[in-house]
Amino acid sequence: MPLLAIKDLRKSFTAPDGGRVELLRVNAFALDAGAQCALRGESGSGKTTFLHLIAGILQADSGSIQLGGTELTVLSEARRDRLRAESIGYIFQSFNLLQGFTCLENVLLGMSFGPGTDRAAARTLLERVGLGHRLDYYPRQLSIGQQQRVAVARALASRPRLVLADEPTGNLDARHADEALALIRAACQEAGAALLLVSHDARTLAAFEDVRDFAALNHPADPEVRV
Amino acid sequence: MTWPLLVRKSLRQHALSTAVTAASIALASGLWLAVWVLQEQSQRAFTSVDSGFDAVLGARGSKLQLVLNAVFHLEASPGNVAWADYLEIKTNPAVALAVPLAVGDNYRGHRIVGTVPEMFTGVELSPGRKFEIEPDGRFFESGFREALVGSFVARQLNLKPGDQFRPQHGLEAGDQHEHEETYVVTGVLKPSNTPADRVIWIPLEGLQNMAGHDPDAATDVSAVLVALRSPTAGFALDRHYNKDGTRLTFAWPVGKTVAQLFDKVGWFAQVLRLTAALVALVALAAVLASIYNSMHARRRDIAILRALGARRATVFGAVVAEAGVITSLGVVAGLAVYAIIISVATAMIRERTGVVLEPFAFSAVFLWAPPLMIFFGALAGLAPAFKAYRTDVAANLAPES
Repeated sequence: MPLLAIKDLRKSFTAPDGGRVELLRVNAFALDAGAQCALRGESGSGKTTFLHLIAGILQADSGSIQLGGTELTVLSEARRDRLRAESIGYIFQSFNLLQGFTCLENVLLGMSFGPGTDRAAARTLLERVGLGHRLDYYPRQLSIGQQQRVAVARALASRPRLVLADEPTGNLDARHADEALALIRAACQEAGAALLLVSHDARTLAAFEDVRDFAALNHPADPEVRV
Repeated sequence: MTWPLLVRKSLRQHALSTAVTAASIALASGLWLAVWVLQEQSQRAFTSVDSGFDAVLGARGSKLQLVLNAVFHLEASPGNVAWADYLEIKTNPAVALAVPLAVGDNYRGHRIVGTVPEMFTGVELSPGRKFEIEPDGRFFESGFREALVGSFVARQLNLKPGDQFRPQHGLEAGDQHEHEETYVVTGVLKPSNTPADRVIWIPLEGLQNMAGHDPDAATDVSAVLVALRSPTAGFALDRHYNKDGTRLTFAWPVGKTVAQLFDKVGWFAQVLRLTAALVALVALAAVLASIYNSMHARRRDIAILRALGARRATVFGAVVAEAGVITSLGVVAGLAVYAIIISVATAMIRERTGVVLEPFAFSAVFLWAPPLMIFFGALAGLAPAFKAYRTDVAANLAPES
């Protein structure tokens, strides 16, 4: 049984004119535990919405999302929050570190809504990503590459079963992108977490054996056809 | 650990607005506490002042003016009491002690009151407590130009036994006529924490016969302080002077008469309280505005927290807690504001009336006002907290790809 199993997933939004426009219709998607998969897709294709649905940040209109056997679409928002805090790590293109918090505190926050804080574990994670000497630094005091490494440590802080990475190298130059990608993949592997990464960058996608075309997965209704 | 960390970080990130808001809360709570305690303490202190007397007999007129003049040494005397009236009440079987007072002169703005030695030797300010004199001093003797100086006056004018002075005519300082008589200070009263501390005491006949005073009124007195043998004796005297008589006024009991003053100025206390309440309201609105206005800039942080698994209730609670903590900081600082206001006010009241308030005595207002303020502060956090609660997570995270 796969870790993540999606079936007949649909999501629509309200258009400015008040009508509903379907943005996402994924008939089937699966990811095994510990697997690493990259989704190729252009900007605006709905990849982020897809990840938000898997993370429980957005609620699907219909369909099924099962994570480790738990059906997300029937959970209350609070329980989805809890599941996300305990089982899902999220890495963003713009890192989304909290600027008023130190590196250590950012990682601790990644734990605090799920399994609970463990300073020693947070330190170990930051040492793992090469920032053991920057524990009390604030994000603005770090380079772009270092900030992304803090984001990786934070995503793994709750010992998630699934890590979602949304264009994680999008803001990095080629050298830092390669380093960040290698770190994400290695860290997820070491933690036993599955990785689902979305990107439109060929160089990033080339690092994965399992690359799927999001356009082939997503078949939303014709925008002219209101749902 | 999450809430304290979130609140602490937010306060630090918005340190300036936090400080300004907490300062406005501090002013409001300090003002509120001070107004409340001052009103409470001054009423209690004035109505239960330890004068050692139960009543005042004076010329026909306002009881309040009579008491303020004879007991608190404020206001002008409403008129004179004939010597025969003094003797009559002195010999009344219901009266334990009757002490005549004569006023009309001052020395550098401090009232000079003529009286008899029994004022100090025959009166207990409170059970077991009498007037005392500082070492090396003694009470004045009747018939001599001697003076006993209240502790506050002695400190203000640096008067000590052996010093001499010439009284000036009138109750207030000014360019009045200076009498020819020279008085010698024989002693300084130990602080009694009563209005007597603000007075220069001389023998009654000295003031009555001072050169320049009306010789026809030389035997009159300004008022008579009366100590009763039993609390109920006042009823008969009240009837005799106030209801059956028409020439004199018998102000009894002293505390009840002073309470009329607070009834009369009650509206002023209400205005003060209302002002303090309005200041508190504005301060609470400042809490609301400062947090609410920062919510726009904090949308992204809230979205990130939610993406990390924080529940809506968590961010809601963190914002309410932040408002509560800002208010709490203000309330704690407000105690310092209170201490400053109450210290200054207490010193002023003591200087002008001789009545001593206890600025740091316990008052029930300390039990209910700070928690109430913090409660309303947290309540002011509800609107921004609701805004945080409704933050659209997906829309405020990274731009969609």
